[in-house]
Amino acid sequence: MIELRDVTKRLGTRQILEGMTFAVPKGMNYVLMGPSGTGKSVTLRHVIGILKPDQGSVQVDGQEVPAMDREQLMALRRRMGYLFQNGALINWLSVEQNVALPLEEHSKLGKGEVRDRVHEVLRMVGLQQAAEQFPPSISGGMKLRAGLARALVTQPEYVLYDEPNAGLDPIISHQIHQLIAEVRDRLGVTGLLVTHSRACATECGDRIGIIEKGKIAIEGTVEEMIASDHPLAKAFLGGGSD
Amino acid sequence: MNPFSFTGTALRSRIDSAGFVVDLLVRTVTSLPYLGRRRRFALDMAFNAGVRALPVTMIVAAFAGAILAMQTGIELRRFGDTGVLGTITALSMCREMGPFITGVILAATVGSSMAAEVGTMKVSDEISALEVMSVDPVNYLVLPRVVALAIMCPTLTALSNLVGIFGGSIIAQQNLGVSQSRFWMSAQDALTSSAMLLPKELYVGLFKALIFGIAISVVSCAAGLRATGGALGVGLAVQTAVRNSVLLIIVLGFIVTWFFYFLE
Ligand SMILES: Nc1ncnc2c1ncn2[C@@H]1O[C@H](COP(=O)(O)OP(=O)(O)OP(=O)(O)O)[C@@H](O)[C@H]1O
Ligand SMILES: [Mg+2]
Repeated sequence: MIELRDVTKRLGTRQILEGMTFAVPKGMNYVLMGPSGTGKSVTLRHVIGILKPDQGSVQVDGQEVPAMDREQLMALRRRMGYLFQNGALINWLSVEQNVALPLEEHSKLGKGEVRDRVHEVLRMVGLQQAAEQFPPSISGGMKLRAGLARALVTQPEYVLYDEPNAGLDPIISHQIHQLIAEVRDRLGVTGLLVTHSRACATECGDRIGIIEKGKIAIEGTVEEMIASDHPLAKAFLGGGSD
Repeated sequence: MNPFSFTGTALRSRIDSAGFVVDLLVRTVTSLPYLGRRRRFALDMAFNAGVRALPVTMIVAAFAGAILAMQTGIELRRFGDTGVLGTITALSMCREMGPFITGVILAATVGSSMAAEVGTMKVSDEISALEVMSVDPVNYLVLPRVVALAIMCPTLTALSNLVGIFGGSIIAQQNLGVSQSRFWMSAQDALTSSAMLLPKELYVGLFKALIFGIAISVVSCAAGLRATGGALGVGLAVQTAVRNSVLLIIVLGFIVTWFFYFLE
């Protein structure tokens, strides 16, 4: 369970988060939507402890994230995958080495097991042919999928997805949505997703929250949100969008 | 703007960044146990740094040695004492010029690219990605770079010393009428005057180079790690890295010389 309560955060001179409150129950995918620059990525960074809130509480499984020491934070991060908005691959490592990195640094798996595991995940995201390529020579969509593979390779309990379908064509997009839903259904992974796409939200989300002015303005199950008359819900989930 | 508040803000940000550098140095030292795992990477970096800086360093060192010999030669000729030219060139190269030249060139070539690499990683979230994977950027990125320059700076300095003295010897022979053998003999005498295995004139310079190598890499990585705001931020990080490295080379060079020659 991920829970944010009344989180406020100021970055530079701007108040980005102002009373951000929501909860992600275990085994569910919670979708965060909202206009560009409203602090969606900033919110995800709070959950994994890269940023600390000015006020309010961020809890994972009842533990206060901002109060964690280094060891606890490392333990938390080992149970959590994070897909960065642009993939954030290490430039001088191949796709395969990038995905293997979290395993090589922490797990006690042998070389062969790491290889098998990496190739399995690369197959899941449809990147097995690109394993040997380097980030500067692959497309944005491929980077994103490699980032997704890296987030999933450690078999985390939680995954934070920052725009998992940005820059993907509709066919691959659809595959990725199915993968995210499958990861939840088969492995019981709890997900927090940021997306602008109606398809992504409805195909792999359970609950949707829409951010405005630094907090969740409207929230509900996918069905409720699609049926809602709220202007934000209409703008993000209405038939015309996407 | 109020000049006091301006000075105060500027001062605070200087102190902040100095604190960050010192903290990074301490964290690098405490991550030394990881060196085994990062050994390959560190050696690769050292090799690349050496290859990149070698040609310029050698050219600059040769000319510096030649200039030293010329400048002192002009005066010595008036006293008819050009015989000590070898001594003077060798001592100035090994104690001061060799480490200084190597340090400045490494700061400009290798330090700047370290700041750019690390800075680019910072602004494109790669550093955050490492943290999220519980990979400490200090032992993963900074440690191998520091070790690389700690190896390479003294190595290149030793070569610069040699090439610089060689440059001086050519001038001595061509323009000041000091034979090669006489020049090298007096150079050798100067450097082996003490009975120690590694004479002081040599090891102080090499120690200086070691300090420079560590300082350049830590300062450059720190600048990269503090970069914010896209390509512009990376550019500023490179600028900061080179400026602070050169500043530190001068100041630390002074302190080391003072420590070994005046603190007795
Ligand atoms: N380190 C930082 N320092 C200062 N401001 C920041 C920092 N990080 C983010 N911001 C600002 O916070 C705001 C929210 O950023 P964030 O990346 O969370 O937006 P977002 O909702 O993810 O937008 P998008 O949909 O475009 O990804 C932006 O206006 C950004 O300029
Ligand atoms: Mg974002």
